Amino acid sequence: MNAINRLAAVISLASLFPLSALAADAPAESKGTVEVVHWWTSGGEAKAIDVLRKLVEKDGYTWKDSAVAGGGGAAAMTVLKTRAVSGNPPSAAQIKGPDLQDWGALGLLTELDDVSKANNWDKLLSKTVANTMKYDDHYVAVPVNIHRVNWLWINPVAMKKAGIDKAPTTLDELFAAAEKFKAAGLIPLAHGGQPWQDSTVFEDLVLSIMGAEGYTKAFIEQDEDTLTSPKMTEVFKALKKLQGYMDPDGTGQDWNLEAAKVINGKAGMQIMGDWAKSEWSAAGKKAGTDFECVPFPGTQGSFTYNIDSLAMFKLSAKNNTPGNIAAQNEVAKIILEPEFQYVFNQNKGSIPVRDDLDMTKFDSCGQAAMADFKAADKAGTLKPSMAHNMATSLAVQGAIFDVVTNFMSDKNADPAKAGAQMASAIKAAL
Amino acid sequence: MAVLSKASPFDTLQRWLPKLVVAPSMLLILVGFYGYILWTFILSFTNSSFMPSYKWVGVQQYVRLLDNDRWWVASKNLVVFGGMFIAISLVLGVFLAVLLDQRIRKEGFIRTIYLYPMALSMIVTGTAWKWLLNPGLGLDKMLRDWGWEGFRLDWLVDQERVVYCLVIAAVWQASGFVMAMFLAGLRGVDQSIIRAAQVDGASLPTIYLRIVLPSLRPVFFSAFMILAHISIKSFDLVAAMTAGGPGYSSDLPAMFMYSFTFSRGQMGIGSASAMLMLGAILTILVPYLYSELRNKRHD
Amino acid sequence: MTNSIAATPMARPFAKSSISFSRIAIYVTLFGAAAVYLIPLVVMLLTSFKTPDDIRTGNLLSWPQVVDGIGWIKAWDIVGGYFWNSVKITVPAVLISTFIGAMNGYVLSMWRFRGSELFFGLLLFGCFLPFQTVLLPASFTLGKLGLANTTAGLVLIHVVYGMAFTTLFFRNFYVSIPDALVKAARLDGAGFFTIFGRILLPMSVPIIMVCLIWQFTQIWNDFLFGVVFASGDAQPITVALNNLVNTSTGAKEYNVDMAAAMIAGLPTLLVYIVAGKYFLRGLTAGAVKG
Repeated sequence: MNAINRLAAVISLASLFPLSALAADAPAESKGTVEVVHWWTSGGEAKAIDVLRKLVEKDGYTWKDSAVAGGGGAAAMTVLKTRAVSGNPPSAAQIKGPDLQDWGALGLLTELDDVSKANNWDKLLSKTVANTMKYDDHYVAVPVNIHRVNWLWINPVAMKKAGIDKAPTTLDELFAAAEKFKAAGLIPLAHGGQPWQDSTVFEDLVLSIMGAEGYTKAFIEQDEDTLTSPKMTEVFKALKKLQGYMDPDGTGQDWNLEAAKVINGKAGMQIMGDWAKSEWSAAGKKAGTDFECVPFPGTQGSFTYNIDSLAMFKLSAKNNTPGNIAAQNEVAKIILEPEFQYVFNQNKGSIPVRDDLDMTKFDSCGQAAMADFKAADKAGTLKPSMAHNMATSLAVQGAIFDVVTNFMSDKNADPAKAGAQMASAIKAAL
Repeated sequence: MAVLSKASPFDTLQRWLPKLVVAPSMLLILVGFYGYILWTFILSFTNSSFMPSYKWVGVQQYVRLLDNDRWWVASKNLVVFGGMFIAISLVLGVFLAVLLDQRIRKEGFIRTIYLYPMALSMIVTGTAWKWLLNPGLGLDKMLRDWGWEGFRLDWLVDQERVVYCLVIAAVWQASGFVMAMFLAGLRGVDQSIIRAAQVDGASLPTIYLRIVLPSLRPVFFSAFMILAHISIKSFDLVAAMTAGGPGYSSDLPAMFMYSFTFSRGQMGIGSASAMLMLGAILTILVPYLYSELRNKRHD
Repeated sequence: MTNSIAATPMARPFAKSSISFSRIAIYVTLFGAAAVYLIPLVVMLLTSFKTPDDIRTGNLLSWPQVVDGIGWIKAWDIVGGYFWNSVKITVPAVLISTFIGAMNGYVLSMWRFRGSELFFGLLLFGCFLPFQTVLLPASFTLGKLGLANTTAGLVLIHVVYGMAFTTLFFRNFYVSIPDALVKAARLDGAGFFTIFGRILLPMSVPIIMVCLIWQFTQIWNDFLFGVVFASGDAQPITVALNNLVNTSTGAKEYNVDMAAAMIAGLPTLLVYIVAGKYFLRGLTAGAVKG
């Protein structure tokens, strides 16, 4: 800690260096500038963030966009780290759940006390969401949206063609349905074999087989007995079985290309979070009629969440002007306003972070997600997604990814040993 | 001589000038290369995780690194990838250069075609090859569309063979450059030696193998240096083409180091892997460098 | 001498038999290889002119059903603005690193001093440093200099890490020039810069071309330094390309991706096509003689 503080001190001293003046670039007529590092670069997302940009600019502030795509935010993380070390962090950055604590511990994030009090964030946000956004009991980030991860997407036309009369609700029904899709000559399960996608399926299976409690023990507490239990062997067995139904051409494939296979009827189902909906919408399909979304079989009543958020940084000396701070607060305020929440979440397929909004503007999947979110929050089955970096540190997540993805690409992997491998990999990463 | 001994201020300046000219570069290199290596070296003995910290933990990070299965996969891949990439590029480059050196019409045109991949960034190359080698999309589908039903090219998704895909793309990119270097070398070979050998009745392949190519030893050296440099740094290519997958079967040390340092928040292990990489380069390269540079002084 | 070598190869042994089986075999091999080298470029070009539907249904080498320029228009809209950024980064970085390389090469070959070989060795080894390791300390240094996330800072980084190769090129070139020339000039009382400017510079054209082409390609194509050390509106085109190609969500428009890749690669491709022969001449003139 001491060393970190020293580093922080050096960093802040460094930014006082006179040459800094050379780098000043804020236009004089603007009320203030806000620079945002994010990885919302694809179609729907880019449109969604553009809404925020326009709202901010309408109020007379300047928006500096630093988009960095790649690796689900990995590239953006590199950029953020180097910028923090250089003493020139952006005003705001897309940072998620547990990482906020790390950044907060370095003393780099700014506390949003004024905006959060003035706009009553504690009332607007559910406790789970609010706590994720806080470091040391102060808001350091603004939640943008809530994704549900444990969804199964089905093409009803393909389902009819394969002779399946209802969406599966248990794992056995899932396997039966997959068998029928296969018999009908379709790819049962569209799946891109990238580590995060493999782990998304894996965490759904853990939730389905071990329940919300087992999920908590396995991923949040990383309890060794749970990880090496026979139940975990069962999970890996199911994973291997499910893999038999996955698209053989899917290895290394982007999820959206796989989603396209479900949309055009080549494949029957896909296990994916609700951002998959943006693909369906882009193809002009309607929820309920053209596609079905059901909770992953066996996880009804549970809700694994993935919250996107913008963290606000302490500005470097040269940027630390009242105008820029006002711009930062402005962004924080706008994000929670209904106007932005509606547009952004309809584009992204997610649900709003505040629970007082009119959900009739959303489709049936969105409405179901909101209802399930509230119910799960009460029942204590609202769980952070491991695969989307909400449950563990990045190091532990990486260790789990390695084991899962290696298990899936190794034809001779032993389900009985995988749990123990995971436990030791997690231990080594701590 | 008399001029030198006078040592007026101007002469002193002249004597110091060469050193003054390289001094800034020297400073930049000492800081930008060796200072940063030292910093990484120090970090590899600390518990740095999310960000650098300076709590000493001894060789613990190295122990964890050597315990990590993924690191061994990455290292083995580098040996396979680097070895095949360098060997194939050299053989292909020499072969094409020798053929191209036979008074070929349209030589400039063909040369440009061989050379152009070098102009593209690894990100573009990786993206294009990812597409070409994708089963169900690329060459695989094309050949089946053309009636070769049984054709199956699925190396990109095969844990055992994916590293060959990286080799293919990398060879495609760099072999033209090797060709250019050897072609340049061949143009500098003294023709009278070849004619003399022909008079002695030596066959053409013998002349090339025994006389011409051995005389190009410095070119081999330069080509090897550049290829080794590319293979060790092949990061963009892997990132764009396979991202290390399937599983982590196509991981390379540079990729490993990057993901542990930046995306996984295990900076200590990342630094340790960087040091091992540098160590390996040092043990292989320095003897070679030394012997080559020493030989040259005797020439 | 250097000019004639590349342009007209001298009589070659194989060339004696005018038309023979071996000559045909050589041509077939050379053109066959050329076709293979061209495939990726052809695929990218064809794809960039197709419609998304056409891409899904056709195969890689099928001719576009309708030649459609929309991919290029969209791509230019997205990455075009960053084109100029890349120019602003690349031009100064290439010129400065080439100049420094020339100076260093000159000293290391003609004005050796105690430790100059060591300096050269250190430089060579430095070539092999994986650049990922320097990101954090370099950004710390740039922060201290007040150059964090400025174009000037990025240029500095490119100069530092390009220097090793430019020095290597020039040093190897000048080593092959007889010392006598320089010694004679020194006895005549010519100074350090006079010798460089009057004697060496005029003969350096081939190696300067090699160096410029090499550096231009490296720096224009760089992604890692660009993404880390530039920000916002100043990002180079490779970063914009990556943002386009590498997004994990949203509908994939491969025609736009490929067109953007072509746009980003166009300047370097042009350099190789137009100046490729100078590159070979420069190599011939001594850059590769270890």
